[in-house]
Amino acid sequence: MSEILELVRQTPLLQLSMQQAINRALGEILEDDDRALIFGEDVGVLGGVFRVTDGLQQRFGANRVFDTPLAESGILGTAIGLAMAGFHPIPEVQFDGFAYPAVNQIITQLARMNYRSRGRLPMPVTLRVPSFGGIRAPEHHGESLESLFAHVPGLKVVSPSNPQQAYHLLKKAASMPDPVIFMEPKARYWNKGEVDLAVEDTSSLEGSVIARSGKHATLIAWGAMVSRCLQVAELAAEDGIELEVLDLRWLKPIDEAGLAASVSRTRRAIVVHEGPHTAGLGAEVAALVSQSCFDSLRAPVERVTGFDVPYPSGDLEDEYIPNIDRILFGVQRVLEYRRG
Amino acid sequence: MAPRALAATLDTLPSSSADAAGPGHDELRDLYRMLSNVRQLDRDAVAWQRQGLIPGYAPMLGQEAAQVGAGAAVDRSRDFVFPTYREMGVAYTFGVNMVEYMSTHKAIWHGGLYDSVATRFAPFQAVVGGSVLHAVGWAHGQTLNGASAGGLGVGLAFLGDGASSQGDVHEAMNFAAILKAPVIFFVQNNGWAISVPTEQQVAGGSVAARAAGYGMAAVRVDGNDVLAVLEATRRAVAHARAGLGPVVVEAMTYRRGPHSTSDDPGRYRTLDDEKIDGGEDPLSRFRAVLLARGVADEAFFAEADAQAQHQANDIRAGVVALTSRPGSEMFDFVFQESTPTLGAQARQWREESEHV
Repeated sequence: MSEILELVRQTPLLQLSMQQAINRALGEILEDDDRALIFGEDVGVLGGVFRVTDGLQQRFGANRVFDTPLAESGILGTAIGLAMAGFHPIPEVQFDGFAYPAVNQIITQLARMNYRSRGRLPMPVTLRVPSFGGIRAPEHHGESLESLFAHVPGLKVVSPSNPQQAYHLLKKAASMPDPVIFMEPKARYWNKGEVDLAVEDTSSLEGSVIARSGKHATLIAWGAMVSRCLQVAELAAEDGIELEVLDLRWLKPIDEAGLAASVSRTRRAIVVHEGPHTAGLGAEVAALVSQSCFDSLRAPVERVTGFDVPYPSGDLEDEYIPNIDRILFGVQRVLEYRRG
Repeated sequence: MAPRALAATLDTLPSSSADAAGPGHDELRDLYRMLSNVRQLDRDAVAWQRQGLIPGYAPMLGQEAAQVGAGAAVDRSRDFVFPTYREMGVAYTFGVNMVEYMSTHKAIWHGGLYDSVATRFAPFQAVVGGSVLHAVGWAHGQTLNGASAGGLGVGLAFLGDGASSQGDVHEAMNFAAILKAPVIFFVQNNGWAISVPTEQQVAGGSVAARAAGYGMAAVRVDGNDVLAVLEATRRAVAHARAGLGPVVVEAMTYRRGPHSTSDDPGRYRTLDDEKIDGGEDPLSRFRAVLLARGVADEAFFAEADAQAQHQANDIRAGVVALTSRPGSEMFDFVFQESTPTLGAQARQWREESEHV
């Protein structure tokens, strides 16, 4: 065992884009688990519209990786039946907004089958959803569904922020016996990063991670907003402001202890997300932080989010998605807050 | 309203030589016993609701032949049934523990307490058309597993004329036909979706007729004739088992009772309508067949019906004895692997509700 670990440690770090990292993880999942299946729209011959499943049908055959008719409820409903038959489905819905036609099966069936059957029919289904905005796409191709899914009992929700996280979190999600919504930040598909294939302790894949340490305030983000917050922290550092960036990763369950540990040190928090403001996941984060850090907080938790408007067309999406300026204004409000 | 005539036979299912021999005398008598047991249990369940034993029930009065015929046609060792909320007769025929089945109507647990995996009968499903896609996925899983010597396991999906309006049913039929999944779409066209008649529900008048559009075999059968249903479903199962693809079986029947014990059919149909549209009672019809064939006599029917009452009484005693599940189970079955958040809620619930 230790020899294997040694070999793994010697494996060089790979430079992969998130799309490549997910592709690699999917290939390894299919290799390791002969009950794993990948299916969805255009995931087979084409390799997915984002090429995330590129080459997998050739490698594993059309029984393991297959194209479905263009019907998302059908994709999720058959995934449930396949899970009932003992398979481990990893379906894809092509874009976040296309998950809406599947929401009925996700909420009324997928999320409840384990409960309804008193644990006899587990749903080890990992639903991959290319998510969030930032690619100048048509309507319904830039939605943030995390607060919708996080609100549904029986679902777990996770979103990676970089290739390293994407590779390991997907393998972790696919190994879990419960339904996981895996939200891939499509705006980050093509950004490369270092991927260490080895993971010595799978518990390191639970909860949140500190993406950058700081002491004056904590920026809390997930998905594509993590790299933006890192940019903000870089800029703020030039002015002597040391921002901590907490990559939440798991949007359900939320790492309450990790949140509390960071904010109780920095005493200020700004939560950043692309989804609309009202009843967004930032509200949940703010409530958790207020409860756990009430005595140490120096300012109310700030939320820098999308607006309560339908996701706008490409020309306006930079106005909608929290940008560096808006996040910096949020930081400023928190730092300058004085008790009345 | 004019009586609903049974539309012309719609049968695109190739005939099968494997089931040429009809049921023998013992099987015919067993079918009657099942019909009688199901009829009695269904009537009693309505009474239990009136007595306050259970808060609600969805009667299947009039659909006994459709349900017993379908349930008897599938193989308990390798097939899998995906019911809706009115398949008590299928559950009974399929060997589901009826006290555990009735637990859902006693508001003990939504999916029922029975073991879905061991009984190969999916959890009680309250969403109209909700489980039809699951049957397709499960059936495709049988294809992926590969056929054993005896052929493929077959998924039997139940739906009604009302459910046929749901988009999921279209998606399910299309997926099934594309995947050539071994699944039977067993439609009980019982004339009513709560208060809305089939005429306002099913454009074209037949769910089975839609199968042609999917390139799928279909058969429309007199759903009040248990032998016709049994034969049609057996043929359909044989077709799917052989890997020839999905089949729609549309059993034309009649919901003689209310939609549920909370329903008032007097607001949308008259007793005369029910008499005319309901046609002859499926049990009387089958009794006449057995008498004509010399398979059974009045003494047999009397004995079978008494036995049915006896059995329903036993089930009632079991339902009476059912106690509530502990509140902790609200939390126990959400996930296979619970979460810290849920664990904290469970602890708080215990502290505040059980004072421990």
